[in-house]
Amino acid sequence: METILEFLVAAFLVTAGIFGIVGSYGLIKLNDQMSRLHAPTKATTLGVGGVLLASMLHAAAFEKYFSYHELMITLFLFLTAPITANFIAKVHIHRQETRDTMPEAGGDDHWATHDTPEDEERRSASQTPPAED
Amino acid sequence: MIEAAATFAFACFALAMLMNLWKVVTAPDVADRILALDTMFINAIALMVLYGMALGTEIFFEAAMIIAMLGFVSTVAYARFILRGNIIE
Repeated sequence: METILEFLVAAFLVTAGIFGIVGSYGLIKLNDQMSRLHAPTKATTLGVGGVLLASMLHAAAFEKYFSYHELMITLFLFLTAPITANFIAKVHIHRQETRDTMPEAGGDDHWATHDTPEDEERRSASQTPPAED
Repeated sequence: MIEAAATFAFACFALAMLMNLWKVVTAPDVADRILALDTMFINAIALMVLYGMALGTEIFFEAAMIIAMLGFVSTVAYARFILRGNIIE
C-alpha cells in the first residue's frame, strides 16, 4: 500500500512537471499570438493541478493530516484561468485586429472591444430609459 | 522515489519560469508579456506548493493562495489598463 501511494505521488509529480514545462515551452515556440495563448492557459494549469493533487495525496498518506487548501487553490486557478485568457484575447483584439479583419459580430455592426467612446454613449443611451426629472 | 520525482518537478518548473522570464524580456507585443507574467505566477504557485511539500509544512499553501489571487488581479488590471486606459472606472 505504501509503495502504491508513493508511486502515485511520484507519477503525479512527474506528469505535472512535464505539463508545466510543455506549457512554458509552447509559450516560446508557437508562432501565432493566439496559438501562444493556448499553451500556458491549458498545459500550465494542468501542471499546477497535478502538483496540488500530489501534495494532497502526500499529506493524506504520509503526513497523517487531510489538507484542503490545495482544493481551494485548484478551484481558484481553474476558475480564473479562462477569465485571464479571455482578457488577454481581448487585448489582442484591441491591439492587433481592426474592425475589418474581425469576423461578423452577429446582430451588431462591430465587436464591443472596438467601441469608440461615441459608440459606447450610443449603446448606453439606447439601453437605459431616459431619467425622469 | 518521491524525492527523485520532486527534484524532477522542481527542475521542470524552474526551467519553465526561466523560459517565461525570457519571454517577458523578448516578447514582441504587450499581450505576450501579460501572458508570460501570468504563466510565471502560475509556475510560482507550483514551486511554492512543491517547496511546502518538501518541507512538510502547511504554511506555504496560504502563501500560494495569496500569490494566486495577486496573479489574477494583476493580470486583469494590466489587461484592463490596455483595453480601457483605466482600471477602476
